[in-house]
Amino acid sequence: MKAQRPRGIGAYLAFFYPALMLGFFFVIPFATMVAVSFFHRQPGAFYIPAFELDNYRALATPLFSRVLVFSLLLGALCAALCVAAGLPFTYFITRLKRRFQVVWLVFLLAVLSLSEVIIGFSWSLLLSRTAGISNLLVRLGLMDHAVSWSPGLAALVLGLCYLAFPYTVLVLYPPLSRLDPALPEAARTLGASPLRTFFTVVVGTLRDAIVAAFIMVFVFTLGAYLLPQILGRPHHWTLSVLITDQAIYQSNMPQAAAMAIFFMGVSLALVGLTMVLGKRRRPAND
Amino acid sequence: MTRSLRNLYLTAVVCFLSGPLIVVTGVSLNARKRLFFPPDGFSLRWYIELLSEKAWLVPVRNSLTIASLSALIALSIALPLAYFLWRHRVFYARMLFALGLSPFILPPVITALGFLSFWVMIGFYGKMAATIISHAIFFVTLPLVTLSLGFESIDTEIVEAAETMGADARMVFRSVIFPMVRPYMVSGYAFAFVLSLNEYIVAYMVAGFTVETLPIKIFNSLRYGYTPVMAAVAVVFVLLAALIFGLIGRFGDLPKLLGAMNPEDR
Amino acid sequence: MPALTLENIEKRFGKVVAVRDVNIHLPDGRFVCFLGPSGCGKTTLLRLVAGLENPTRGRILLDGADITHTPAHRRNFGMVFQSLALFPHLSVAENITYSLKVRKVDRRERLRRAGELLELVQLPGLMDRHVGQLSGGQRQRVAIARALAIEPRLFLLDEPLSALDAKLREDMQLELRMLQQRLQITTILVTHDQREAMTMSDLVVVMGPDNRVHQMGTPLEIYRRPADTFVADFIGTSNLLEGVCSEAGEVTVAATRLAVTEVPGGISPGDAVTVSVRPESIHVLPGREPGPNRFCGRVSFIRDVGSSVEIFLDCGDFQIISMSTPKGRPQVAQGDEATAELPADACVVLKR
Repeated sequence: MKAQRPRGIGAYLAFFYPALMLGFFFVIPFATMVAVSFFHRQPGAFYIPAFELDNYRALATPLFSRVLVFSLLLGALCAALCVAAGLPFTYFITRLKRRFQVVWLVFLLAVLSLSEVIIGFSWSLLLSRTAGISNLLVRLGLMDHAVSWSPGLAALVLGLCYLAFPYTVLVLYPPLSRLDPALPEAARTLGASPLRTFFTVVVGTLRDAIVAAFIMVFVFTLGAYLLPQILGRPHHWTLSVLITDQAIYQSNMPQAAAMAIFFMGVSLALVGLTMVLGKRRRPAND
Repeated sequence: MTRSLRNLYLTAVVCFLSGPLIVVTGVSLNARKRLFFPPDGFSLRWYIELLSEKAWLVPVRNSLTIASLSALIALSIALPLAYFLWRHRVFYARMLFALGLSPFILPPVITALGFLSFWVMIGFYGKMAATIISHAIFFVTLPLVTLSLGFESIDTEIVEAAETMGADARMVFRSVIFPMVRPYMVSGYAFAFVLSLNEYIVAYMVAGFTVETLPIKIFNSLRYGYTPVMAAVAVVFVLLAALIFGLIGRFGDLPKLLGAMNPEDR
Repeated sequence: MPALTLENIEKRFGKVVAVRDVNIHLPDGRFVCFLGPSGCGKTTLLRLVAGLENPTRGRILLDGADITHTPAHRRNFGMVFQSLALFPHLSVAENITYSLKVRKVDRRERLRRAGELLELVQLPGLMDRHVGQLSGGQRQRVAIARALAIEPRLFLLDEPLSALDAKLREDMQLELRMLQQRLQITTILVTHDQREAMTMSDLVVVMGPDNRVHQMGTPLEIYRRPADTFVADFIGTSNLLEGVCSEAGEVTVAATRLAVTEVPGGISPGDAVTVSVRPESIHVLPGREPGPNRFCGRVSFIRDVGSSVEIFLDCGDFQIISMSTPKGRPQVAQGDEATAELPADACVVLKR
């Protein structure tokens, strides 16, 4: 069998049904959102069709730009932490026997599938005064009295990293598991220490994959919506929260849509920039 | 030296990942309606409350309905598309495939907002069907990826062998292709199911006020204070996910599903 | 009447020509090898026969009937693939009887036939085994049994032995050949291994890198009377000496007159030719003894592999390799002067 042109209606059905579903329920919603971002908001009613840039002009507020910058910085920080911690971890598990790899993967998938609300709830408990670690430390005599570490920026970063860490590992897993085991071994026989081997050979050969993982984790953490509300204080709220607030509580769909599209544009631009930088650095270093 | 360093690191990661789970499990076993860790007494009453009180039972039922149906629809979209792409390798199928991957790559709030504006426009805002279809589209990426891996794992010579032995196209699909991708269908369904069960923002934006799913219910109750029932829900969710992924790991090739190489290639 | 006829077959993939202008007739009940280097189109030719590809031009006739456009699943052939292509989700018995199930043969008969076929390939009792649990040789046999299940009109094999190690491979070659002789089934085997082709087949079809058929004949004919320099060079080892046809029955090579028994038609005196001589036909004499059909030189290397001895004679512009049995080993050592004698009946004259 080789790739061949589809023949007959039946063959095309296998294309048209998914095309119809994705077109109707994904492309049209997306287009609707783009359209709505140009609509005119009608207080009381939802909006009326129009073509105006007011919603985009309204983005030029100190609040919006502060939240945008904060969201992006927070996402970049968490992505950097996750990739830095996840890279050696993923490397270790890919060198394990397959049987143990499966155990780790099941564990990671179970954590990955946890809802943000459950993660937020768990961490707020863990960092709380009555049921948290500080409680435990008091019992061990390491602290005088229990304290609450949540909400706060540190709690938020911790929670976001918890959310994104399994995802990071799963993004890094394919390239690392395909890394030729002879490469690190070759480095070892040439006299490099394990640590040096890791940084020169593993990190070096997988630079593209690492950049890609950073981008994916960055976008992933940008999407966090509940954690900032549970583990952060109001000034830690991210753009996702702001957009949802506009859409649901202020009933300002056009404004929310404009924010979402602007947000998407900025993240795509950053993704593109990172990729360009990642590429350009390559020849100089290799 | 490096070995112990490695084990120390792995242990630290286990602690980080399981810490919240341990605390939540402990809290869910508290005897009194206070959040204490280590637990104050031992009781399963919060689990019983989860399964008996209507306030929790309705969201449980909603979540299960949405997850099972949306995963089914996602699979029904992914299966023909992955098959068509594998069989015909035409560029427009590749484009559609890329489209199927994008809901998962965009920040979810954007996709969620798109759904919201769409359902409002066609008058389905707040209906469970809207949540189901939105989740199906949102998670179509997962069965799409697992199924395309499944189809790629079928050597073209296997299909040709069936042809030379007298099987026509329908027979080849029924007796060779379908049985060979079935494990991938199961895991694609399971991924979509588990993630739908835990999804918040899309469900909230599309029908948050009328169709309460478990994550929405937990977040709503968080506002009025903590109760150990939430911890019980969290524990049930983790166990359910671990069970489902454990079964895939036991009966399927989990490393391969997640993008590792074949064991023979090693 | 020939069992299978390929008429003016040509196959193109886009601009690439994979098979060019093939015209062959394969007689019934024979074991035929398609032999050639990689990329010569032999596998494509087999796939055309199987119906897995459609020829760009030409016709395929089976017992006189045109099957050029019959789809693979209606040809009733049996094929063993290079990867074997066993169905990983089925047991051994289910693999073997797949073609019977497709043809709606009932279960009892299928099981009976599976037992019979496993007996045939010497794997009795493996029916319920999973194909993943089989060894390389066992998988091979299952694939063969599966292809033979419907007693196919044609039995096609696409380099199925290439993955086996040398010893097992030779056993399987022998076994396959005996099986074919027992069943009297018309068989086509694709291989790039000339030894395999020579030991197994009644007929060899040699294809070249220009994607054409260069020669078709019995292994002996092809070895003794290669049709051109490509075949002479590709099959076995050959001394290829460049010369000029001087007159009927003689060729001049490096100022030495070489008597030959036959000059093929179409070559006239003055034409440039190549003379092909097999190493085992060449006698080596110690010392410098010039004469007709003789070349003098110095022994540059002796390769003694136990069962035979090869002597490399450096004759200035060219080299002559001779091969002899250990018994008839000439009394020469490396560095000695020696003379090679080329019998007239061993010299095959080829157009250049």
